[in-house]
Amino acid sequence: MTTTYAELPRLMGRMTGAEKHGPAATSTLDALWVLYDRVLRGTPGDPDRDRFLLSKGHGPMAYYAVLAAKDLMPEEWLDGFGGYDSPLGHHPDRVLIPAAEIASGSLGHGLPLAVGTALGLRAQGNRAAIWTLIGDAEFDEGSNHEALAYAGALGLDRLHTIVIDNSSASHAWSGGIAARFAAHGWSAETVDGHDHEALYAAYTTPHPGRPHAVIAQVEPKN
Amino acid sequence: MDTMRERFITVTTELLTEDPRTALVLADISAASFGQAQQAHPDRVLNVGIREQLLIGVAGGLALTGMRPIAHTFASFLVERPFEQIKLDLTHQGVGAVLVSALGSYDWPAGGRTHMSPGDVALLDTLPDWTIHVPGHPDEAEALLRHAVADGDRNVYVRLSNHSNHAPHHAEPGRFLTMRQGSEATVIAVGPMLDAVLAATADLDVTVLYASTVRPFDAKTLRATGHTDVVIVEPYLAGTSNNEVHQALADLPHRVLGLGVPKAEHRHYGSMDEHLHAYGLDAAGIREQILKFTTKQQPKQQPKQQSKQQSR
Repeated sequence: MTTTYAELPRLMGRMTGAEKHGPAATSTLDALWVLYDRVLRGTPGDPDRDRFLLSKGHGPMAYYAVLAAKDLMPEEWLDGFGGYDSPLGHHPDRVLIPAAEIASGSLGHGLPLAVGTALGLRAQGNRAAIWTLIGDAEFDEGSNHEALAYAGALGLDRLHTIVIDNSSASHAWSGGIAARFAAHGWSAETVDGHDHEALYAAYTTPHPGRPHAVIAQVEPKN
Repeated sequence: MDTMRERFITVTTELLTEDPRTALVLADISAASFGQAQQAHPDRVLNVGIREQLLIGVAGGLALTGMRPIAHTFASFLVERPFEQIKLDLTHQGVGAVLVSALGSYDWPAGGRTHMSPGDVALLDTLPDWTIHVPGHPDEAEALLRHAVADGDRNVYVRLSNHSNHAPHHAEPGRFLTMRQGSEATVIAVGPMLDAVLAATADLDVTVLYASTVRPFDAKTLRATGHTDVVIVEPYLAGTSNNEVHQALADLPHRVLGLGVPKAEHRHYGSMDEHLHAYGLDAAGIREQILKFTTKQQPKQQPKQQSKQQSR
């Protein structure tokens, strides 16, 4: 039995004790929901499953809520969020959560790991899609720029990056984030990060021979 | 004789052909030498350019898909520069890779401090469950590399150097070899330090152990020597393994002297031999320090007997 989008606030409430959540907690919610609801294929443990690597490990309540809603982990886990014996920390740990592809929290690790994952699957003839999600401030980390330049140069077309842009980078990305990806040979488009149809269309845009970035704009953090 | 790094290139090229699980990740260093391998296995020989954070991140990603990545560059750029990637993209993800370095602590002194990495083993010591091999000869490097790649999904560091002993000594990985037995103390020579240690102790009544694997640390063989005075001579930061010796002898009164590369900046260029001499790591320097250490423990016969009589 899976849960509907309308129930996500209730699931998040099991972690926070509140039904209403601020923009920081919900900035990723729509992007994650559309991805898990309509795009990602396969289940944890299936070698041909699509991989989603949450790089922006901060504020993972939306992620946990979506995993629970999609029956990828027990809903009861939400209650213990952050507790000593809970598998759910304020940053996720793949060793504790079977459905989590990576452990994250320190910024700038998901995209390089996603590049390595894309290369590993390619070497094994596996055509599964690889997705990662970063934030616009996380984009400051130099490791992302190492990864996006290399992935663009190789044309890793099974690789996808979602950038949640809530204008929180201390020094704004002049020219926009999509331009950075495009300059390195990525397919890139910018959409309203709360518009489900726009997100779905951007996620499913064909991008032959190139990795693909979707910049999801949401309300500014400050 | 080829160098350890040359042997690494030969062996890794073979391993890539033998085992489809293996993948090699490079950051430009040694990339030209893997040209043929790259042509033969374009999806498994990956040169990310001069991007060392990505070097380790890609190794972690490959391991997440079940492959056995081998990542290689100079020690400074393999361990020190992307250390958080080693901590998080390998250890914290619960996956393993084989990291193979070159240049070590003092292989290219004319290159200066930027290309010296005496702290690499100490840094990896802050993380759990790393195997660390320090071969002392190209033949040992080959055996340890093959063992490392076949070692399940463990994280393994193989520290290659231009500094080499004149002959190989093959130990079972993880075990120290007993080179000589004596009655006063035990001297552990790590990797390329063996020749100098053997020369330094030729006429000393000490046991000499040879370590080409330092983690896990072979406490069993050390304890079996029966000595509680231990000198360990390492080709990287002095004292790196002192705590391992302390743990091995924790239930016994014991003394440890850790010899190795000093922590202080040494602002000289020149040659490897000049640096080994300056660090006190040539045979004469090692001998002098061992004598100082063992003499303290065993004062001359006369005063020792007197003090015994006095105490009675």
